[in-house]
Amino acid sequence: MRLLPRKLDLDFMGRSRHAMILSSVLLVLSLGSLLFQGLNLGVDFEGGTLIEVGYPAPVELDGIRGRLEASGFDRAVVQHFGSAQDVLIRIKPDERPQSELSNQVLESLRGGGELQLRRVEYVGPQVGEELRDDGGLAMLYALGLILIYVALRFEYRFSFGAVVALVHDVIVTIGFFSLTQIEFDLTVLAAILAVIGYSLNDTIVVFDRIRENFRQLRRHSNTEVLNVSINQTLSRTLMTSLTTLLVLLALFFFGGEVIHAFSIALIVGVIIGTYSSIYVAGSSLLVLGVSGRDLEVTPVEDVDDRP
Amino acid sequence: MKANQYPWWKNLLVVGVLLIAAFYAAPNLYPSDPSVQVSSSRVAVGGAEQKQVEQILKLKGLPYQRVEREGEESLLVRFADPEDQLKAADALRSALSDRFSVALHLAPATPGWLEALNAYPMNLGLDLRGGVHFLLEVDLNASISKAYERHAMDVRTLLREQDIRYRGVRVHGEEVHILARDTKTLEQVEEAVEEDYFGTFDVTTGETEGQSSVVMRLTPTSRSEIRRNAISQNLITLRKRVNELGVAEPVIQQQGRTRIAVQLPGVQDTARAKEILGATATLEFRLVDEQSDPYLAAETGKVPLADELYYERDGNPVLLKRRVMLTGEHIIDASSGFDERGQPAVHITLDGDGARQFAKVTGENVKRLMGVVFIEQRSDTVVTDGEPHMVTRETREVINVARIQEQLSKRFQITGLDTSREARNLALLLRAGALATPMYIVEERTVGPSLGQQNIELGALSVLIGFLLVMVFMMLYYRLFGLVADLALVANLILIVAVMSMIPGATLTLPGIAGIVLTVGMAVDANVLIFERIREELDNGNSPQASIQAGYSKALSTIADANITTLIAAIVLFAFGTGPIKGFAVTLSIGIVASMFTAIMGTRAVINQIYGTQRTPTLAV
Repeated sequence: MRLLPRKLDLDFMGRSRHAMILSSVLLVLSLGSLLFQGLNLGVDFEGGTLIEVGYPAPVELDGIRGRLEASGFDRAVVQHFGSAQDVLIRIKPDERPQSELSNQVLESLRGGGELQLRRVEYVGPQVGEELRDDGGLAMLYALGLILIYVALRFEYRFSFGAVVALVHDVIVTIGFFSLTQIEFDLTVLAAILAVIGYSLNDTIVVFDRIRENFRQLRRHSNTEVLNVSINQTLSRTLMTSLTTLLVLLALFFFGGEVIHAFSIALIVGVIIGTYSSIYVAGSSLLVLGVSGRDLEVTPVEDVDDRP
Repeated sequence: MKANQYPWWKNLLVVGVLLIAAFYAAPNLYPSDPSVQVSSSRVAVGGAEQKQVEQILKLKGLPYQRVEREGEESLLVRFADPEDQLKAADALRSALSDRFSVALHLAPATPGWLEALNAYPMNLGLDLRGGVHFLLEVDLNASISKAYERHAMDVRTLLREQDIRYRGVRVHGEEVHILARDTKTLEQVEEAVEEDYFGTFDVTTGETEGQSSVVMRLTPTSRSEIRRNAISQNLITLRKRVNELGVAEPVIQQQGRTRIAVQLPGVQDTARAKEILGATATLEFRLVDEQSDPYLAAETGKVPLADELYYERDGNPVLLKRRVMLTGEHIIDASSGFDERGQPAVHITLDGDGARQFAKVTGENVKRLMGVVFIEQRSDTVVTDGEPHMVTRETREVINVARIQEQLSKRFQITGLDTSREARNLALLLRAGALATPMYIVEERTVGPSLGQQNIELGALSVLIGFLLVMVFMMLYYRLFGLVADLALVANLILIVAVMSMIPGATLTLPGIAGIVLTVGMAVDANVLIFERIREELDNGNSPQASIQAGYSKALSTIADANITTLIAAIVLFAFGTGPIKGFAVTLSIGIVASMFTAIMGTRAVINQIYGTQRTPTLAV
């Protein structure tokens, strides 16, 4: 079975203008949304209390809101979570002693009938701020280290090309979370770091082929070499994205509510990462002016070729 | 032609690694038993207790699998059903005296022959087994200012001992100022403290309220020592408290410079855990001033000089003498129970020193009224105007006023607590000792047992479904080669589970399961790269054997590059992530490394076995 015909000769570079327009639109949309409505940060990053309770039968939210208001939690956000039996309550930090709020909420709810505590997450504002800073730093470190690794293995312009593609993927994925206002928590951050790894994985495979072809196809133009390389790796790129998407869909549909945002981040990231390694990474190499001669000046040792 | 044959040792390596992995992954096939652990930090737990436990369970009609003795410290009761486990824990808690703590536990059911070879199942994170995670911030500034207060007192004693006539010793922020009448005395002071506090304090001269003075500041080394001590003392107290709470396999460790992480698997009563962990509770015994009118003092605010105004729980004012008869520091044991009228009570045992002191004062004051002051401190975070602050609230209330009937000494009881829960908490806090420094919860993550169970089930389900989807897809797409890749995928999963079980500190979390799922998707990538290369080589008209050879060798550096970059992201994630997120980084890293082995060496070994010896095979790729 094959996804694609044996000899493929699609003109990807010829469409780089279209890709550029699409990417620009996506980036502008993402950045605009991030700027104007920001992210719906979860308790992890904003601090506050999150309580999930399970009832033996479906419940009305109004009754719960009434109870909470009577106990002084009038600003609590109450919503169903996954089913009508599960209720999620979120309370922002205020001037009450923070770590005890969850117990007061539970006490007030227990007065209204039998329920089961499913989870409590309380993150103090100081911890939330640290997690936010650490999260940002982690992304920068990951990008920085990968930049160095690719620069060592290839050439610095490849490395810029890879990072351009990565930054593109990360911004669009985060932008998706801003546009949809899906809650952005620690698991989403972890997913985005995984997207960085994954998207790079894809880009590296294409770059590897580009490097190989620059050495072999000396009489071809740069654009041709890039086109050939992308065509040669296309079926692999699509195959791997497909298998990864398969498992992610399994995770999305069967992994439960807690892991939902995580799998959405990865699904979006994998799709955008596949697109960027085909269209963005190659184009950025052309823009940066990489050619076969650069690779002859700095020949790169391949790792041991024998299995 | 023998183009594609592995040397014998490579085949052996592949088979050997997989056999060992399968062995160490095996304990995970035996599901853990819901169990109850009965332990005591104060008395040995042996055959008598075992009989008692069995009797209680039989009486309540709770079916259990068996009761095991774990050394001299604890008993383990295994159940088939988590419902029985919960009911049994409640029954045992109320039937056994509070010298025993009863804890919920998921006991591994690993067969003995596996245990004998150090093969244990994976540790499950709190999000999978249920439990509480707390992060406590130790208020180190308080420990520094406490140290200043203490040293200021020492300095006074020192100067008095050396007959130096100082005028005052005061603590100003993080400085101790010593004032004296004249410069000569000031020089004496400086000399004395410099000699005595060399290395602990930097001693200089300065000015205090317009007068020259000697100024002492803690040196950086002694500051950091005070901080270290504060943390380690709080760690010790926390361990004692958690032991008293009765938790199977708690984890209590320092995290960062100022924090302590506490993990309590299986704990359901998080309210009680919170009441206990960060609290400081103690007692003080004082005489009641029977000559003055407390109501008048409360109304006018005019309190006699030797007295302090307190309130009882019902709101009535009491005047207590300033002098303290006995403080809680002398209490060496405390247990909760009931007095002869059935009221909750705490039975207290004093140390020798305290007993003597208390016998003396109570003997001198028979027939007079004594008040018991309950002092509790709690710290917490509050947010005002968007800025977090730490606040400490102190409750001081008189729980009991009673006439001293006779001389009291080593053992006695106090009453006046509202509930038996309160009596239990107070007894526990008195037993475990006070915290050296205030501490407060800055993060809590609690997962109820039902959600934990659900997370395991859903996690396993999604791994299974993802796995099957990818396997079917690979088989359809690459035929026999796809089937070989599927074998590699299974081997990869076994390797991940084996390595996770072998690393003692590794913990499987829900994001960790997601990491495994993701690895499944990405592990086939190496095989996709190789197989696509083989197809290309075949399309270019190369011989089958040469195509296999070229496919593997040409894909290798690409696979290495691609995986190392993902590994970098995973390592960064491990370095920065906390708790469950770390679990994701761990399984992802293990999965990537394992996939390099299974997808490259593993599949090659199998492919070689199938095609290696044929001259011109038709490759089913």
